[in-house]
Amino acid sequence: MTAAPTKILKERGQHEVFCGLTSILWLHRKMPDAFFLIVGSRTCAHLMQSAAGVMIFAEPRFATAILEEGDLAGMDDMHEELDRVVAQLLSRRPDIKRLFLVGSCPSEVIKLDLEKAASRLHGIYDHVAICNFSGSGIETTFTQGEDQCLATLVSQLREGDEPNLVILGALPDVVEGQMKLLLSQMGVSNVHVLPTTNHDDDIWVGPNTSFMLTQPFLTDAWQMMTRRGATYIEAGFPFGAEGSYRWLRALVDAWGLELELFEQAVAKPYARAKDALARIRPELEGKSIFFMPDSQLEVPLARFLHEELGMRPMEVGMPYVTPGIHATDMDALPEYCLISEGQDVDLQLARVRKHRPDITVCGLGLANPLEAEGLTTKWAIELVFTPVHFFEQAADLAGLFARPLRRSGLLNMDAAE
Amino acid sequence: MKLAMWTYEGPPHVGAMRIATAMKGVHYVLHAPQGDTYADLLFTMIERRDHRPPVTYTTFQARDLGADTAQLLQDACRDAVERFQPDALLVGASCTAELIQDDPGGLAEGMNLSIPVVPLELPSYQRKENFGADETLFQMVKRLAKPCPRDEQISCNLLGPTALGFRHRDDVAELTKLLGEMGIKINAVMPLNARLQDVERLGAAHFNVLMYPETAESAARYLERAFDQPFTKNIPIGVGATEDFLAEISTLTGLPVTVDRSRLRLPWWSRSVDSTYLTGKRVFIFGDATHACAMARIARDELGFQVVGLGCYNREGARKLRQLAEEFGVKGLVTDDHLEVEEAIVELVPELILGTQMERHIAKRLGTACAVVSAPVHVQDFPARFAPQMGFEGANVIFDTVIHPLVMGLEEHLLTMFREDFEFHDAAGPSHHGAKASKPIDNLMPMDEANVPNLGDGAPVWHQDAEQELKKIPFFVRGKARRNTEEYARERGVVEISRETLYDAKAHYAR
Ligand code: SF4
Repeated sequence: MTAAPTKILKERGQHEVFCGLTSILWLHRKMPDAFFLIVGSRTCAHLMQSAAGVMIFAEPRFATAILEEGDLAGMDDMHEELDRVVAQLLSRRPDIKRLFLVGSCPSEVIKLDLEKAASRLHGIYDHVAICNFSGSGIETTFTQGEDQCLATLVSQLREGDEPNLVILGALPDVVEGQMKLLLSQMGVSNVHVLPTTNHDDDIWVGPNTSFMLTQPFLTDAWQMMTRRGATYIEAGFPFGAEGSYRWLRALVDAWGLELELFEQAVAKPYARAKDALARIRPELEGKSIFFMPDSQLEVPLARFLHEELGMRPMEVGMPYVTPGIHATDMDALPEYCLISEGQDVDLQLARVRKHRPDITVCGLGLANPLEAEGLTTKWAIELVFTPVHFFEQAADLAGLFARPLRRSGLLNMDAAE
Repeated sequence: MKLAMWTYEGPPHVGAMRIATAMKGVHYVLHAPQGDTYADLLFTMIERRDHRPPVTYTTFQARDLGADTAQLLQDACRDAVERFQPDALLVGASCTAELIQDDPGGLAEGMNLSIPVVPLELPSYQRKENFGADETLFQMVKRLAKPCPRDEQISCNLLGPTALGFRHRDDVAELTKLLGEMGIKINAVMPLNARLQDVERLGAAHFNVLMYPETAESAARYLERAFDQPFTKNIPIGVGATEDFLAEISTLTGLPVTVDRSRLRLPWWSRSVDSTYLTGKRVFIFGDATHACAMARIARDELGFQVVGLGCYNREGARKLRQLAEEFGVKGLVTDDHLEVEEAIVELVPELILGTQMERHIAKRLGTACAVVSAPVHVQDFPARFAPQMGFEGANVIFDTVIHPLVMGLEEHLLTMFREDFEFHDAAGPSHHGAKASKPIDNLMPMDEANVPNLGDGAPVWHQDAEQELKKIPFFVRGKARRNTEEYARERGVVEISRETLYDAKAHYAR
């Protein structure tokens, strides 16, 4: 293995990234009995519908309580107003079992105490679990909304001594199903996944709890689990054939599971994933890639593309780096790769233009402008919305990067002569 | 506090972005947290712009709040001027920055920058996107337009086309052509593709064409006061409205209306016999006030529809819309709550909805035909081809747009004739729609019924023979037949609907 990148470039300037509210777009799908009420401004509401691209649902399970001029006058009235809005919401949606009050920049700047509001409201509606977390742009970026949500959920888990494995990270149902099947074939029981589909699931945390992450952006939830006495099983993230294999293997090693049973369980999917990747490899091998900081998945994905498909990561930007979570994947990156943390978007774009990478992973605001400069791009947001974890999705994940390249190769608008 | 799921308009600073992004050589420094950068994708993704909007966001974070966010803003202004070398700078706050009260406009003005600074104060907790655009344009014009001698040739400015506007790009081209045919020169288009010099020279025009009151009315009024430039009151969307507009311009300029009408096709397309089936179609119209009002007139006078509902989401246009609605004998609906719009649609049971992207989604759920005729926009509202709404070509485009979702005339008759044949089974839908319209209509029935308001306990019960008979009615009118019959039954206290009731109702509603 080559030497890993040693230095992290820290930048501070204009960020070009969503705020944590955006996480609600997938969290609400994962939790069908939950409603997310953003306490914010018209901007927050507009972000939600713009990031969703289209208005997909008749009545989505998220909404914004938009602060208006009159609300800013007095704090007492504001709490009353919030109570009124929640009453309106819960009477319209009696199916709601848990309600998240989600903080935004405006609610945090005026110091509206949503924790207080949540406990007051829970006193009124005892059949609904009500809690709060921050999705604001002054505290969180994009995927950190999920982190904040999970940290809140972890803080509310009951104590328990029985050994269990808690896996943190919202995965599409099909992927979560595959993962659970593998784990049961490996002989692991008492597996819990957060966030849960069902509010009534009994999950506990205690000194005999081990936990793993499927998403690399769960810093606060990770800290909260540790604080509650659980033990983190360190592993790189389960992308690609090797990533998935090693992630599961880390559990085998940590728990002293039967190695043979594990090899049996993973043999087929592991081989399938490797085969599939081998077929895509020629399209990606040797191609350079540049990650703008966006979803926090950048380092693990760069590891996958570099190690398993032979791509050359020029720069891997992350909104922020948590060494305790990212080190394993980062160590597998080549020495020439620049890791950058934070952002000054204009300086970073200057580096993109200098390198002219074969593919640039970036947010929706930057993709077309870069394409217009003749650079091929991949929208980062698709990596968050598409099933990409574990063996069976390895080829799909590689395909997300291969497709834009293939497309730019296909188009030919010159005259035939 | 207002509970909102979807919104018709963004916050006011997005309106300001629509002005800045439309222009050339103008940069906007926006005091805002990082999440607000989402607004860039409206322009790059929805409108497919190939450049980033010219906006620098200060992206302050929580940890900056105690420290010096004002410094952050000044640094951002300095960097932006150095890096992008704009001719003018807009400076303002988003909703969050408004709360920390840094006075970005004042701070920037105090910096003695080498270029003109236009400070923007857009009250985020009171107003919305259209206001933001209108106010920004007004401030720019007020600060930057200079008195100058009138052009020798009769000329005008086109006011209001912005970035992310509904067909603004093509409306400008169409009006330029029409006015050109009358010998009128375009002095400046504002703000679309305008530079600082264009703003400065606005006063050279003889009059202004106010294309979209939503985004340019304040500027037009200001120019009328300051430079004695009259502005047009007619919005040239539709055949009649375009003629009114041309006549108005003729009065303003003394020039005869010398335009080429040979390319106008709507009138004949509408008179030709295939269009007979359009007669009396019940249409519900919703959008910004300008487009909604224009569309109402087209629907009634140029296509022969029956307008059963008319509404707009922008308060600023409420008066105009309510007036027109009254004239049309319907109640004007002014709301920015899409649930209210949906309720109105369910109640009025239109056969066609002309609305925004929001109504398109409502229509999809209800299985009603729909065409998009107003902002808010989505990516499909930026077609690659020339597709204006204004002028003669605009009228042609509107005819096609509005007719497209409906079953074609001849096809409607064929469907009735051959409805028992398997190719024409009820769920087939209009043949030119591929998968989209082929929703099995019967599956929509339960939802349809759930939407009938207040059936209550006294809901009439359908006899089997009546149900059978109902099935024989072509699917695209079946929902209406069902509702009419029930309505008829309820009004008469009939609790059981028989085959007879069905035909009694049919006779009653025949038109
Ligand atoms: S950055 Fe703040 S104000 Fe902007 S959308 Fe996100 S939470 Fe709302």
